[in-house]
This record gives sequence, structure tokens and C-alpha cells, in this order.
Amino acid sequence: MQLGVYSFGNQATDPATGKLVSTAQAQRDLLEAIELADQVGLEFFGIGEHHTEEMPASAASVILSAAAARTKRIRLGSAVTVLSTDDPVRIFQQFATLDALSNGRAEITAGRGSSVESYPLFGYRLEDYDRLYSEKLELLLRVNEQPVVTWSGSVRPALEEQLVVPRPDRGSLPIWLGTGGSPNSTVRAGQLQLPVSYGILGGDPARFKALAELYRRAWAAGPETTRQPLISVGNPGFIGETDRGARDTFWPAWYRSMSDIGKRRGFAPPVREHYDIEAERGALFIGEPEQIANRIVRLHGAMGHARQFLQMDFLGLPQRDLLRSIELLGTKVKPLVDAELGAEPEVVPSPLDAVLPSGASPVASAGSAVADPATGAGRAGASK
Amino acid sequence: MTRVAVLGVGKVGTAIARAALAAGHEVTVAGSGDPEPVRFITEIMAPGVAVAAARDAVVGSDIVVLSIPLPKLASLDPAMLTGRVVLDAMNHWEPTDGALPAIFDGHESTSEAVAAHLAGARLVKALNHVGYHEMEADARPAGAPDRRGLAAVSDDAAAAEAAATFVGSLGFDVVAATPLAAGRALEPGSEIFAGSFAEAEVIARLEAAGAAVHAPERSQAAR
Repeated sequence: MQLGVYSFGNQATDPATGKLVSTAQAQRDLLEAIELADQVGLEFFGIGEHHTEEMPASAASVILSAAAARTKRIRLGSAVTVLSTDDPVRIFQQFATLDALSNGRAEITAGRGSSVESYPLFGYRLEDYDRLYSEKLELLLRVNEQPVVTWSGSVRPALEEQLVVPRPDRGSLPIWLGTGGSPNSTVRAGQLQLPVSYGILGGDPARFKALAELYRRAWAAGPETTRQPLISVGNPGFIGETDRGARDTFWPAWYRSMSDIGKRRGFAPPVREHYDIEAERGALFIGEPEQIANRIVRLHGAMGHARQFLQMDFLGLPQRDLLRSIELLGTKVKPLVDAELGAEPEVVPSPLDAVLPSGASPVASAGSAVADPATGAGRAGASK
Repeated sequence: MTRVAVLGVGKVGTAIARAALAAGHEVTVAGSGDPEPVRFITEIMAPGVAVAAARDAVVGSDIVVLSIPLPKLASLDPAMLTGRVVLDAMNHWEPTDGALPAIFDGHESTSEAVAAHLAGARLVKALNHVGYHEMEADARPAGAPDRRGLAAVSDDAAAAEAAATFVGSLGFDVVAATPLAAGRALEPGSEIFAGSFAEAEVIARLEAAGAAVHAPERSQAAR
């Protein structure tokens, strides 16, 4: 099981002044967090494109490239890239450059994203979402498959045998589809035979078991391939020395973040009682290392996912608390998870490595993977 | 047993279909077009439900549940819903949907806008204010001390009561109320939407919003 962290950028509270740090400092904080995640042995760091003052990570590939130069092992990706409001050719070039600089550690997760600031910012209309997303996904996948591209559609000028460089050493980049758990997006990822990344924000994540099964089934209904279905899960989480300590430390940031989003979206602020329930048995993985390790292993039993990554830095969370949580994830949670599910190799497998061993029967294995996720498709390739 | 047609097979529609099936109802679901892709989804997400084209699903039903994305409202043919009890489980997510001026067209609340679009349907706002992930997790047998209260509001009191009975059968204490405009008290941003309340607390909040509450006899009888 690969473990990791994701962030939208965060204005931490400066302990010296009690005020939020600048949006520029937030970028430097993020870089520091990625470096630490690599040092403590985590396998993935993702940056989710956002364009707000509180969540100012608007240029993920730039931060990740700086991180590529300072890290050795950790894989670096978007989580997610708001595909509808960007140019797929440019996205590919930026992440292919990151891939070159990081020696093959770059990944893209394409998705809708949870906020819509990028639409007015880049001059797109929300009403065009479906068309923007499907056309741009088609183009991104095509650019990823071949260096010379011919394409036409309605959302950007046509391409006529245009060269797109640099090319990744592996020939292509791992591209995930990100979704909050819609059955349609799940089927789309399966039909396209792409890895799928679920963002789980509320409720018992084990209920995603059926979606994982739907994904594998949609994959298996497609053409024969040596590639394997692959699932990752991102959700909010925070590790502390004790359950109570973790929940108390994380609560002010969670409250502030959710109240802030709620103000803009017309939601009531969160209630501590509900938070404690979610933190104990819902989508918020907040607690001491052993509890979090158990929940990751349990979720793996339900979904057979190959990677779990946590968003820890909600509004105003002090940087030292973020760093401590990352450290505990790597040094305490990880060994416990590895003991149950097996350790990751020194060179972290790329999602492109998720292929069937030669001689194994292809898609038929999807059925057995559902029955026995621990040995099934979701884990193969990503572990060992 | 009620014959239920669920239009929309996203996160919400599949959860409602599963819950209705578990409660012993006869459930038919429909997506926007061809039933085949819908069948592919329901075989795993809601095994046991029937799948049909929207028109056919509606024809044989006592209750219709609308769980499509609100921006897709115009794709629905209002004629097929004439005279039917239609539960509007949809919400306006302004941050992801935008302002949707064409749908709201001057109406203040989403369900009033939906009712205007579906003129002829007996529209009830219901099931929009319980999370799709809570639909099964929060369901309790009648009389359970921690049974959650929900609401069904409409301009048509009989339709609201029919909706309340159906949603009640899924494991909740459901308050029927009029008028439909009181549905604003159930929308994102409202206390009822954000929280989880007992029936009496739901009644208090609906009345504070100017609603007339009907037929609490059902739940009293259950106790």
C-alpha cells in the first residue's frame, strides 16, 4: 500500500504573530512538507489546483518541480488538475517536464475539482462543463499516447500533426481520473481503462466497495489489456500522538475551513459532535497511528486500493502540526500498514507498472479481485 | 408496497433505490437515455431494482423520485409527470452549478422553480436534506429513540402526506407540510439541511419558516 499526502495549499497560522501566513509563504510551506514526506518514506504527494487565498496552490507543477529537485523517491502528482479550464497540451508539457526532472515520478489526476474559481479566471462557462471535460480528456489522453497529434473539437483550436514535447522516458505519463464517487465517472474510468482516484469526504468510506467493484467490472468489459485496474483514495486525515490530541489539534483548522467554505456556499458551520463521529469511524482519518493504520487496512479490505493519501492542512493549521502529522504517517502508521499488506519496494512503482504478470489471464482476474481484494487487481503491481 | 420510479442513477439515485428496495418497495430506475448503461451500474450499486426508460418507469409508478443534477432539469419531459406525486431530491450547488438563471427564472427556492418547470406534477420537496451516505446509515425502525426526522413539503397536502409515508418507510420520522415555498427551510444553508434532528425539532424549524405541518398522526401511531 502506497501512503501519501495531498494539499490545496494552506495559509498556516504563524505562531509568532497568530496571523495567517502570506500566500507566498504557503508555497514554501508546501515545499517543506513534500521534502519531509519524502524523508519519512511516504510514496506520494499530490497538489490539488485551487485559486483562493486560503488554498493558494494554483500552479501545482511549479511547486512539484521544485520538490522534484529536493526529493529522491516520492511520486509527485496533481490531485486534481482542473482539466476543464486548462489546456491539455500545456498540462501535458508541464507534467512531462516534471517527469523528466524527477526521473519518472510525475503523475496527473484529471478531475472536476471541488471549486469553480478557475472558470471566471480563465474565461470558461460553467454551463459548458460536460463538453469541456470530455473533449479535453480525449485530447489529454491522445497527447499522452503519441508525440505527434492531430485533433479537432469545439473547446480549443484544432491540432494538425503537431509535435508535443518533452516526451516521458516511459513513453507516457500515468493519468488518473479523479471523482467524488459518482457511478458514471466510475464507469467512465473503467471503460477508458484508466486508474481511478476517489476523494471521500463524508460517511464510512467502506461504502465505496460497490464503486470499486463497478470500476473493475467496467474495466473488464473493455478490450483485453495487460494493464490492471488501479484505485487510490484521498480523504481528510491527521495523525497525532493520541486520538484525543489529534482531534483537538485538527478541529480548529477543520472548523475554520468548513465555516469559511460554508459561508461562501451557504452551509452551516460544522458541529463538534458530528466531527468526532466522522473522525472516529467516518471519512476523516484523525487519530493516533495504530487506529489510522487499522482503518487504512480495513478500507483496503473493502476496496483493494493501492494508494491512500490524506489531506492534513486545513485553514490555519500551524506548519509544525502538519509536519508532525506527516512524520507520524511515515514513521508510525506506515510500518503498521506494511506489516499487514507488505512493504513497498525502494523504487516506488509507477501506476504504469500495474500490469499483469506474463502468463496470467487478463481481465478474468477482475472477478476474483472483487472476491478477494487483498490479492486482487487493485494491489498487484503497486505492491512488490 | 409502493411502486417507485427513481429518475437519475448518480450517488443520490442509487442510494434511494437501494433504500427503497430494502424497505420492500418495487423500484424501477431510469437514466437519461438507453437503459443498458444504467443496468450496468445498478447490477452492482442497487442489485434487484428494475431498469427502464424514464417514460416506462414513470408509467407504472405510484411515486417518482427526481435525483438528476439540477442543471439537467430541462432534459426532463414535463408531460410524462402530469398528475404524479414527484419527490424533488435535487439541490442547487451554486459553487459547482453556477447561478442557473434559466432554471430559477425569478423563483426564490429550487423546488418552486422545479414545480414551475414540471407544471402538472404534484411536486414535493423531500429527500434532498439527507445525505446519500446517510440514507441507509441513519435509517431506524419506527419508534427507535434516535430515529431521525425529515420533511416532505408541497403545495398539495395529500401529495406531501404520500411522500411522507414513503420516506417514512425508509426508516425516518417524516413531517408533511405546506406550502412548497417552505422548502427553503430544507435547502443547503438551512439548519435542517446541515444538521440531523428529531421529528419535533424538524416541526419547530418548519413552523418557524411559516409552514403548516400536517398529519403527525402517522408517527404518533407508530409510537
